[in-house]
Amino acid sequence: MKFAVIVFPGSNCDQDMFDAIRTHLKEDVEMVSSAATDLSAYDAILLPGGFSHGDYLRSGAMASVAPVVRAIKEEADKGTFILGVCNGFQILLEAGLLPGAMLPNRDLAFICKTDLVCVANNNTTFTNLYEEGATLKLPIAHGEGNYYCDESTYRRLVDHHQILFTYENNPNGSVYDIAGICNERGNVLGMMPHPERAVEALLGSEDGLKLFQSMVANWRGTHVQHT
Amino acid sequence: MYNTLDLSPSRIEEEQLYKEMGLSDSEFALMKNVLGRVPNYTETGLFSVMWSEHCSYKNSKPLLKHFPTKGPHVLQGPGEGAGVVDIGDNQAVVFKMESHNHPSAIEPYQGAATGVGGILRDVFSMGARPIALLNSLRFGELTTERMKYLFKEVVHGIAGYGNCVGVPTVGGEVQFDRCYEGNPLVNAMCVGLIDQQDVQKGIAKGVGNTVMYVGAPTGRDGIHGATFASEELSDASASKRPSVQVGDPFMEKLLIEACLDVIHCDALVGMQDMGAAGLTSSASEMASKAGTGIRMNLDDVPQREENMTAYEMMLSESQERMLLVVEKGREEEIAEIFERYGLHAVSIGEVIEERVLRLEHEGRVVADVPVDALAEEAPVYEQEEVQPAYIEEYRDIKYRPEVEDMGETLMTLLKQPTIASKEWVYEQYDHMVQTNTVVAPGSDAAVVRVKGTRKALAMTTDCNSRYIHLDPHLGGQIAVAEAARNIICSGGRPLALTDCLNFGSPEIPETYWKMKQSVLGMSKACTTLSTPVISGNVSLYNESNGVSIYPTPVVGMVGLIEDLSYITRQSFQERGDLIYVIGEASPEFSGSELQKVLEGDYFGPCPKLDLEVEKRRQEEVLSAIQKGFVRSAHDVAEGGLGVALAESLFEHDLGCDISINGEPLTELFSETQSRYVVSVPGEHQNAFEALVSDAVYLGVVTDHQHYCVTHQGEDVISLFTPDLKKAWKEAIPCQLKSKD
Repeated sequence: MKFAVIVFPGSNCDQDMFDAIRTHLKEDVEMVSSAATDLSAYDAILLPGGFSHGDYLRSGAMASVAPVVRAIKEEADKGTFILGVCNGFQILLEAGLLPGAMLPNRDLAFICKTDLVCVANNNTTFTNLYEEGATLKLPIAHGEGNYYCDESTYRRLVDHHQILFTYENNPNGSVYDIAGICNERGNVLGMMPHPERAVEALLGSEDGLKLFQSMVANWRGTHVQHT
Repeated sequence: MYNTLDLSPSRIEEEQLYKEMGLSDSEFALMKNVLGRVPNYTETGLFSVMWSEHCSYKNSKPLLKHFPTKGPHVLQGPGEGAGVVDIGDNQAVVFKMESHNHPSAIEPYQGAATGVGGILRDVFSMGARPIALLNSLRFGELTTERMKYLFKEVVHGIAGYGNCVGVPTVGGEVQFDRCYEGNPLVNAMCVGLIDQQDVQKGIAKGVGNTVMYVGAPTGRDGIHGATFASEELSDASASKRPSVQVGDPFMEKLLIEACLDVIHCDALVGMQDMGAAGLTSSASEMASKAGTGIRMNLDDVPQREENMTAYEMMLSESQERMLLVVEKGREEEIAEIFERYGLHAVSIGEVIEERVLRLEHEGRVVADVPVDALAEEAPVYEQEEVQPAYIEEYRDIKYRPEVEDMGETLMTLLKQPTIASKEWVYEQYDHMVQTNTVVAPGSDAAVVRVKGTRKALAMTTDCNSRYIHLDPHLGGQIAVAEAARNIICSGGRPLALTDCLNFGSPEIPETYWKMKQSVLGMSKACTTLSTPVISGNVSLYNESNGVSIYPTPVVGMVGLIEDLSYITRQSFQERGDLIYVIGEASPEFSGSELQKVLEGDYFGPCPKLDLEVEKRRQEEVLSAIQKGFVRSAHDVAEGGLGVALAESLFEHDLGCDISINGEPLTELFSETQSRYVVSVPGEHQNAFEALVSDAVYLGVVTDHQHYCVTHQGEDVISLFTPDLKKAWKEAIPCQLKSKD
């Protein structure tokens, strides 16, 4: 399975994402510039955290009009797995690939700590190796992670089982404690917690690894038999 | 501002306009002597910033020579952007600390943010990847709205910059004392990692080579920042807010990646950041180090404002700018690398044989000054020194606190902002990015592993300025010893240190004496503990309306943890582990947190330090850690053993049953030096006791969440750990919210 890590100017978790995939997941991975226009060579596309374009204007706003985003949309339509973490989630929201928007954190300060995150739906491409309701220790690190959507959008998210992760102790004011959502089709996930920072016990948690392993397992399930 | 074109050299001399730039009569006379003529306005500006204390160390040079700077592992000592130390496997650690005190006092967000930006550039301009940031902060008491504002905004500024560039802020310290009321201290440290063959130097070698400029365009911000940093603060300082630069961490992030790419291009000859004194210092220092000169055409300097004069361009401290020297004819190769990151590198001059800085602007030569005169030949002042009268008086004071309830005292100490949890601070810093942070902020030292190896680096900043106020020589030794102790507790061997020497005005004989004594004390400890000084920074004139800060020579130390299995935390880990204190307490309460609580001031003799004992204990504790006998280790610092024990319980919500033999007040709250609290698994009891000579058994770690201390069978303290933790954790957020 071949992963792409998209590097926007100002991305700063790109290397961490790359290391998580290569060193800990032991899968093929490449860094891809945000100027790229074709992503058809990849089986999964990862949008890392950071401050793309300095987060000037609005988090993710400028990155959402980068050339690579058109290619990401094409891949999303094809069903390719797409994961946006932190700034990557913000970019997916700004690009319209996921519903809702981000507000500054409730306390108007950046928060970095390891938080408890609940698996709200384990019946997805990204989560099916987790137990339903499992509590994960995942780092968060953001200033604008206060997810907002209106009530009708929230209803749709619930009806289509799009809420994959919720916070156990809401750190930032997100509506309904939402920490991560996917699209209706289930192949595009955006989440504020950092699974790539939780892939080895030395750093305090391995709870993020199963997310990537779920992606691999589901991809293999549909591709490996043919070879 | 004058129309500088109207200011003839003779007017500058006659009207003594150089004084407005911070130059003295004798310095102006020296300049004339060097040039053989009266300098023009631009030239006077060049001298004034390069001869400021901030750039020239003119008052501190005679003291800095006392520091030991060499050692078997030192690859680069003071003199370059940052020092470099060998950590094996052809790798090296690069680090430095720098102050941004004056800017932060008047514009705290940008002052602190650009402090972080500047220290990062010092490290990546060496070719090293920045892997960690730390900061050492000093504020007045958190009781006024102004101080709360300064504290909050400094933290926001550090977070705003560090988080964006993707370098984790892993550690630091905050101390609150009245003497920092008008003059807070903001010292930032950066640690980088490099393969040894990649080390760059800031030199302008090779006559005919091209000087290139890359990064943010030059504006009018920060003009005379270095001069401003070399003056006392006063009520009028707010008018110097334009001297504070504005940071753009996004630009910095692009520069980091681009510069770490460009070092692999052999067309690059030298690289230096434009820090204090901007284009003037980078150009003159690079040329001076190489024995060359530089000719620059200022018309080619990227500018973001119109009609900038040569003076303004040369003295601007606009952020996120780098100066490069590249092989002639290969400018395009360099420019192409920067283009990949969306940056434009432009040629602005060339290396020349004649050792002068020659500046052209709008078709005229506007300055022609010998580079060595600027970079190396500032006058050096041996200031007058007088021992302050109080020093002797303090030595004879016998201070003993009156305390009734030990438990209440412990609770009070844990709520003091200097001791209380700094979670409110470090939760705003991304301390995990780069996925190397093994021990996060809040422990004695932070631990960052080196990917692809079994090694890790331990790092800390330290300086208890209260002790230095009482006795600078002894206090200076303690600052170094305590930093080393923190490294030891994390399982590391101290390698070397960087320092940030924050003092008042050197022109006051009593202040100069304290500067000198603390530097001598630090040097003595550095020599005994084999931790050379590899880089540093001096910040003088930390005075506000005539009140000086305590001498605060902050130590930033890095240690090598040879194997990941040696990494040790300060928290007790397991119920049933045996608790020891290493070293006996004597009644030393002067300069202690308890003295501050009870008396509102510090007086009396500084706690003693025997460097030989210090060294032996450090070696024994490290050896016990490396042999696997020790499960946790924490140094006994502010608040004494009582506080150190409490801090060891909080992370895992444990308890302890302790019995003390000596007099309870001294045992619990004295700040006697060279002491540690460690926990030891039962099976290693004998081996541990045989190895660590001064270990005194205290009791056991429990899981009943009670902090229990008895003395001769009677309860001295019996408190619920969660109550202590709550007080400790909520003290700073509570104080920030309170309205009085």
